[in-house]
Amino acid sequence: MLYEVTIDGKNHHLQLERAEAGWQCRLDGLVVTVDAALNRPNVLSLLMNGKSYDIKRELTASGMNIWVSSIGYGAQIRDPRSLRGRKDGAGDNLSPRKLVAPMPGKVVRVLVREKADVEAGQGIVIVEAMKMQNEIKSPKKGILRKLLAEEGNNVNAGDVLAIVE
Amino acid sequence: MFKKILIANRGEIAVRVIRACRELGITSVAVYSDVDRAALHVRKADEAYHIGPPAATESYLNIQNILDVAKRCSADAIHPGYGFLSENAEFAQACADANLKFIGPSAASIEMMGSKTRARKAMENEGIPFVPGTSSGVDSVEQAGRVAAKIGYPVLLKAAAGGGGKGMRLVHTKEELGSALDTAQSEARRSFGDSEVYIEKALLNPRHIEMQVLADEHGNIVYLGERECSIQRRHQKVLEESPSPIVNAEMRRRMGEIAVRVAKTAAYTSAGTVEFLVDESRDFYFLEMNTRLQVEHPVTELTTGLDLVHLQIRIAAGEPSLFTQKDISLRGHAIECRIYAEDPDNNYFPSPGTISLLLDPAGPGIRLDSGVYEGWTVPIDYDPLLAKLIGYGTDRPQALSRLARALDEYFVGGIKTNLPLLRRILSQPDFQAGKVDTGYLDRLLKAETAEVKHDENVAAIAAGLFAILERPSTGANDGQGASTWKKVARLDALRETT
Repeated sequence: MLYEVTIDGKNHHLQLERAEAGWQCRLDGLVVTVDAALNRPNVLSLLMNGKSYDIKRELTASGMNIWVSSIGYGAQIRDPRSLRGRKDGAGDNLSPRKLVAPMPGKVVRVLVREKADVEAGQGIVIVEAMKMQNEIKSPKKGILRKLLAEEGNNVNAGDVLAIVE
Repeated sequence: MFKKILIANRGEIAVRVIRACRELGITSVAVYSDVDRAALHVRKADEAYHIGPPAATESYLNIQNILDVAKRCSADAIHPGYGFLSENAEFAQACADANLKFIGPSAASIEMMGSKTRARKAMENEGIPFVPGTSSGVDSVEQAGRVAAKIGYPVLLKAAAGGGGKGMRLVHTKEELGSALDTAQSEARRSFGDSEVYIEKALLNPRHIEMQVLADEHGNIVYLGERECSIQRRHQKVLEESPSPIVNAEMRRRMGEIAVRVAKTAAYTSAGTVEFLVDESRDFYFLEMNTRLQVEHPVTELTTGLDLVHLQIRIAAGEPSLFTQKDISLRGHAIECRIYAEDPDNNYFPSPGTISLLLDPAGPGIRLDSGVYEGWTVPIDYDPLLAKLIGYGTDRPQALSRLARALDEYFVGGIKTNLPLLRRILSQPDFQAGKVDTGYLDRLLKAETAEVKHDENVAAIAAGLFAILERPSTGANDGQGASTWKKVARLDALRETT
C-alpha cells in the first residue's frame, strides 16, 4: 500500500507491505519493520525497534491528529491510487469540504470573497461568541466555492458557513 | 435519615453526590435540562426529571422548577452541589419554606458571608485579621491618602459593588493615588452603577490558602486541613493540593482556629471554606468564606480519610459530629487538577463538542471524579469542567509522580482540553518545589514554550497503519473476515454432530 502522508505540514511517502512478523515500512527511503495491533477503534499499539508506542487517532475537520503518547501531530493521508473519495475526516483533499460554525454566535467578519483561492488553514470567517472572536479556517487548499455566511448573521452550532472545493 | 435527595446540579458534582446517596441507601433524584438528557448524572440517579431549556437561568437556576420537581417526587432534601444555587440565600430559604431540607448552611449564614464588605465588617468586630484597608468607600483623596500611608504602598483600589477586576487599580506611590482614584471610581460607576471604591493593601504575589471547616447542627465546628489553590488562570483555579507546601502544624492550628471562629460568627452549619491570602512572610489575612462544598474537596477527603458529602448529609439529617478536633489527623498528600473543555490555542475559549475517544487513567493513588463519557456531547451552555483528576501519595513527590503518570494515561479525543497545560505545570521545577503564588500560572502562560517533537516518523507510519487496519467496510465486505470464521466454525460443528 502506498500513501502520501503529511505530518505537521511536512509531506512523506509511505509504503506499507505485509511481512511475516508484521509490516515492512518504507518511509521516504527509511526501511523498518514494525508490529501493529489495533486495540480498539482509533487506538493502536505499535512496536518498532523494541519500543512500544501508544498511538491514538483523532479525526478532525482538516484531517486527523495522530497522538504518540501525549504529543499530537496534525496529519493528512492520501492514497494516490484510490479513485473513490475517502470519508470526511480521513484527510481527503479532493472532495468539497464544508466549513461549519463550531458554536452558536454571530458572524462579525467575512475575510474572503466567493471564488477566491484559499490555502489550508487560511481564515475565512470570524464568528463572535461570549465576547470572544473565533477565526474559522479553511480545512484545505482550494477555491471558496460558496460563501453562506454574511456579516451580521447569527449562526447555530453546525451551520454551514462556506464550502471549499 | 432522608429517604430521597434531589441533586440540584449537573456534571461531575451531581455524579459525586448521587454516589454518596447510593452508598447511604438514599434514593437520588437528578434534574436535567434539554441538552443534558443523555448526561452521565441522569443515568446514575435513581430518578430523573426534566427541568427546562438549556439556559441555566431557565433550568438549573430556576428555583420554581426545581422546587416543583422536589414536591412532585416527594424528595425530603436538596443538595445544591457547588455553583448554581448553592450560595443563593433565596433558594435556601425557599427550601426551608417548602419543608425541604437544604443540605448546606442556613439562608442567614449564606447572606452574611455573601457580601464582601458585610463579611469584612463582621470579621473586624471579631478581631479576625483581614487584608488591611477600609471596610467602606473612601470619601476623598485626602482620606485615601491617609489610609494608604498607614497601611503602606502598594495599595489596591477596589469597587465595593463589583468584581472581575473592574474598578480595580494598583497604586504604587502617593503621586499616582489621585488619578487612580478618579479612574477607578468612574469605571466602577460605568460597570456597576456604583462609584464606591475602597482600599486594600496590595499583597505582592500572595498564595491563596483556604481552610475546610465542618460544622454540625449542635455547635461542633472543626477544621479539616488547608488547601493550597494558588495555581489560577484569570482568578479561576486549575490545580489544588492539600496540605500546602508552606503550612506547618503550628500555622495550620492558628489558621484553623481562626477559620472556626469565622464559621462561629456566621452561625455556620455543614461544610464550608474560609479563604485566606498569605504573603511572603507567611502572614495570613481573611479574604472571604465560601458557604458551600467546593470543587476541590477531594484533596481534603483523601488526606483526612473523611467523606465530606456523607458528612454533609448526616449533618443535615441532624446527626451530631462523631469526632472532635483532636480526632482529625492528616495523612499523605493529594493534588487535584481540573480538566476543562478549553482550547489552549484560542485563549482557553470553551471548546464544546463530542468526545470521540476517552481513555481514563487508573492505578494506585488515582481518583477520577468525572461527569463525562465517550460519545457525550459537551454542551456550550455551562461551565466546561469535565472531570477532576487527583493523585494521592504518602508524600508530595509521590502524589506528583502519580498525578503526572495519570495525566499521561489520560486521553480525551474529539474536543480540546487543558490536559497539555496540566502536564506542563507538573513538569515545572518551581511547581515541583512548591514555589507558587497566585500570579504563577499567568506568568507561565506568558513564557515561550517550545514543544519538542521526536516521533514524526512513528506518526507517519501509524497514520498509514490506521488507514489499512481500519478500512471502512462497505456492504460487500461487511464483516467478511468474521463471517468466514463463522462459516468454518459452523462447518466444524456440523461435522462433529454427524
